[in-house]
Amino acid sequence: MADKNTTSNINLAAAEELPKAQSKFKEFVKKFMKRKTAVISLAFIVFIILMAIIGPYVVPYDPQAPDYTAMMQGPSVAHIWGTNEYGQDVFSRLMVGTRLSLTCALTATIIGTAIGVVLGLIAGFYGGIIDSLIMRCCDVLFAFPDILLAIAVVAIIGQGMVNVMIAVAVFTVPSFARIIRSATISVKQAPYVEVARSLGCSNTRILFVHIFPGTIQSMIVNFTMRVGTAILAASSLSFLGFGANVTEPDWGSMLSTGRNYLNTAPHMVLFPGILIFLTVLAFNLLGDGLRDTLDPKMN
Amino acid sequence: MGRYLGKRLISTIPLLLVISFVVFMFIHMIPGDPARLVAGQDATKEDVAVVREQLGLDEPLLVQYGKYMKGLFTGDLGSSIKNGKTVVETIAPRLKPTIMLTFSSMIWAAIIGIAIGIIAAVFHGRILDYVGMIIAIAGISVPSFWLGLELIQLFSVSLGWLPTSGLETWKSYILPSLTMGAGIMAVLARFSRSSMLETMREDYVRTARAKGLSESLVVMRHAFKNSLIEIVTVAGLQIGGLLSGSVMAETVFSIPGLGRLLVDSIQMRDYKVVQALLLFFATEYILINLIVDVLYGVINPRVRYE
Amino acid sequence: MAEKLLEVKNLRTEFKRDKTWVTAVNNVSFSIQPGEILGLVGESGCGKSVTSLSIMKLLARNSKISNGEILLNGKDLLKEDKKGMRKIRGREVAMIFQEPMNSLNPCMRIEKQLTEAILLHNNFSKEEAHNRAFEVLKSVGIPEPDMTLKSYPHQLSGGMCQRVMIAMAMSCEPELLIADEPTTALDVTIQAQILELMEDIRAKKNTGILMITHDLGVVAEMCSRVVVMYAGRIVEEAPVQELFADPKHPYTQGLIGSVPKLGSGVESLPSIPGSVPDLSVMPKGCKFAPRCKYAMDICHQQEPELADINEAGTRKCRCHLLNKTGKEA
Repeated sequence: MADKNTTSNINLAAAEELPKAQSKFKEFVKKFMKRKTAVISLAFIVFIILMAIIGPYVVPYDPQAPDYTAMMQGPSVAHIWGTNEYGQDVFSRLMVGTRLSLTCALTATIIGTAIGVVLGLIAGFYGGIIDSLIMRCCDVLFAFPDILLAIAVVAIIGQGMVNVMIAVAVFTVPSFARIIRSATISVKQAPYVEVARSLGCSNTRILFVHIFPGTIQSMIVNFTMRVGTAILAASSLSFLGFGANVTEPDWGSMLSTGRNYLNTAPHMVLFPGILIFLTVLAFNLLGDGLRDTLDPKMN
Repeated sequence: MGRYLGKRLISTIPLLLVISFVVFMFIHMIPGDPARLVAGQDATKEDVAVVREQLGLDEPLLVQYGKYMKGLFTGDLGSSIKNGKTVVETIAPRLKPTIMLTFSSMIWAAIIGIAIGIIAAVFHGRILDYVGMIIAIAGISVPSFWLGLELIQLFSVSLGWLPTSGLETWKSYILPSLTMGAGIMAVLARFSRSSMLETMREDYVRTARAKGLSESLVVMRHAFKNSLIEIVTVAGLQIGGLLSGSVMAETVFSIPGLGRLLVDSIQMRDYKVVQALLLFFATEYILINLIVDVLYGVINPRVRYE
Repeated sequence: MAEKLLEVKNLRTEFKRDKTWVTAVNNVSFSIQPGEILGLVGESGCGKSVTSLSIMKLLARNSKISNGEILLNGKDLLKEDKKGMRKIRGREVAMIFQEPMNSLNPCMRIEKQLTEAILLHNNFSKEEAHNRAFEVLKSVGIPEPDMTLKSYPHQLSGGMCQRVMIAMAMSCEPELLIADEPTTALDVTIQAQILELMEDIRAKKNTGILMITHDLGVVAEMCSRVVVMYAGRIVEEAPVQELFADPKHPYTQGLIGSVPKLGSGVESLPSIPGSVPDLSVMPKGCKFAPRCKYAMDICHQQEPELADINEAGTRKCRCHLLNKTGKEA
């Protein structure tokens, strides 16, 4: 096999590469740890994700159990964030609701990102007609700014949690495609890609082995920030009444319900809102921190 | 300049055509039978047929499209299935509140946002910079509907200073425009800051200082004027988004504007109205982008004298 | 010596990097007389630009002047407050920069940029300011001043922009002009024209010029005296002919040796091995010792002083090879 030599060469190269990559990662961690706001945000996000996993087993009350003796009570020792119109514990419901809200936002962002990244890579790499076609499609989607695109999607496919997720995913695609496209174009011109081309690598190989890793930095940063946006978009749709009509708690719909009792039980709006706000804030701050760490030119 | 303008105008036309087509296809993209959906599950076959005729779905697709395009140019967008009024009659009275809200929020958001951005850039790395950026990132992260509700809770319910809903006096605009503008203020603050930081590093800013100009003149006349070109672009794009962003504020404050109409129409499956609103928002967004592009050319001498 | 226009004494400038202060310019002293062109030479990063910005007090915020005096006609600029400095900048000391295209404001007409400084420093009406702007543009050899006044920078060539910069600098007739690599970004033929223009201005207005450059050709053509800097320190100072005829410091020798000479027939140019040391990890002794082929033990141990090496006191050198005897070892 003539390949044997190449393989061992590659292994050699990989062996050399490994410690370098590790130290690079260590350096990144060291730099990242210096950004206190980003570290605190990360800790908060880890806490929220933990709640999404173990929430139902650790919260003080059954989130679905009504207590007609304690309806719409303000924060107290027994119910730290008060109770809702059925006497259910707001804190427990919010913690359990983390699962639905976070799953929805994360899934939507992951799907939207995956599609956007592939489209962006293809558009940036091949250029020409394919590029114009993809980018014009994005232009059309961009013509429905912000939440409007998600609303339009819900108007077509109907209401419900899964549909909200699809809507938020669609809403993530065009911005990602644009960002990755421009990252791809700049990586495409890097000397190491020229080298790979001159060595006779196939287009697909160049695209996924050489160019894709070069766009990862901007992908990570934008993904983090888009999760925040997705949480906002999903809770906005929920609030508008397009979300799940289920009894299972969800941040946006809890806030939406609380609105009817704003005069008598303001805590029913306050706490879900604070939780959404802090979570989105944490994702945005983490994104900022990652960007500053990965790209020292900024700031 | 003339050529630049012409080029931009021409490039907009195909986009508008595609969007009008996408919006036309809107009803046809609904899974299942839209007429059945509108008429309800327990409607008779005859009822469904009536609805289908009202929506114009009984004709061949091409004929439908021809009628639709003709309607676009003659201003006939069909009738609302729910209240019998024409779409234009339904939308027209809703325009004013939304436009008023958009501009009142844009004005305060632009002034405060740009001011925060400049101050943060001038005091880069110091306490004012951090305070400004905390305000900005909070503004980006806050759910606007929640902000609106908390503002109502504070200023209307607890303090009783401002009305909770409606648009009777100028006071009614304060809370909705605060709600709508917060995000834009934040975006503009962040963008102005980074743009100003970049401009302040330019050689010509050093030249201005070397002339003996005071720091405020250096910042405002030399740095800010150059950053403004980019800031105006970003601010313009935000206006486009604002009109449709009114959905949240109008829902929270029960304002009879376009955003609220969109949500209501979707819930009532009044597809003709939804279609017209989507087309309106998209067209408006593209036209504002066009205006911003032209404005960019007007204030940027490098484009103006190409 | 005759009266001094500018006298820099023991200047020390530091800037903050990763929370520690790093010295960029250390114990630098030199002076300029009216009508004299002094060359300040060195590789990039040797502190020559920092020196010029220190004189203007236009250093970035993370920098500070921690020691020394900068006397302009006997007045210490370091004691001036912000307002006082603003009156001096543009009026008594003006500056031109390396990138003329980037040094002019892209969204302001040339007229506005010129009259701005004129109106600031003189009690002129707008019309008088316009006339002055017209005159200075004419005096720097711009063929159609009216057209140029109405232009934006991107409509002018690099050489024209540098002429405009010089016109702007000269518009308030400063006594001292600091030129930071004024010709580096320009074509060779334009370079010669710009240098000629500066020489012309010096001769007519008796302006003192601090010419900062890495180009020894510019130095040979323009300057009467030269100060050579290395790693934030002055290593040699000499009248220009003497410096080229008989460079004393090994670094200066290296610099001059690396310039091609017409007809010398040398196949490959000698270059100085190694590179400028990082400011935060300076060698202990002579800063040039690691790159110096004559380096002795003492060079690595102890930094030499900048010492007079001739009777008249016109030549100075910072080298252990010369120190003890005043002659080459």
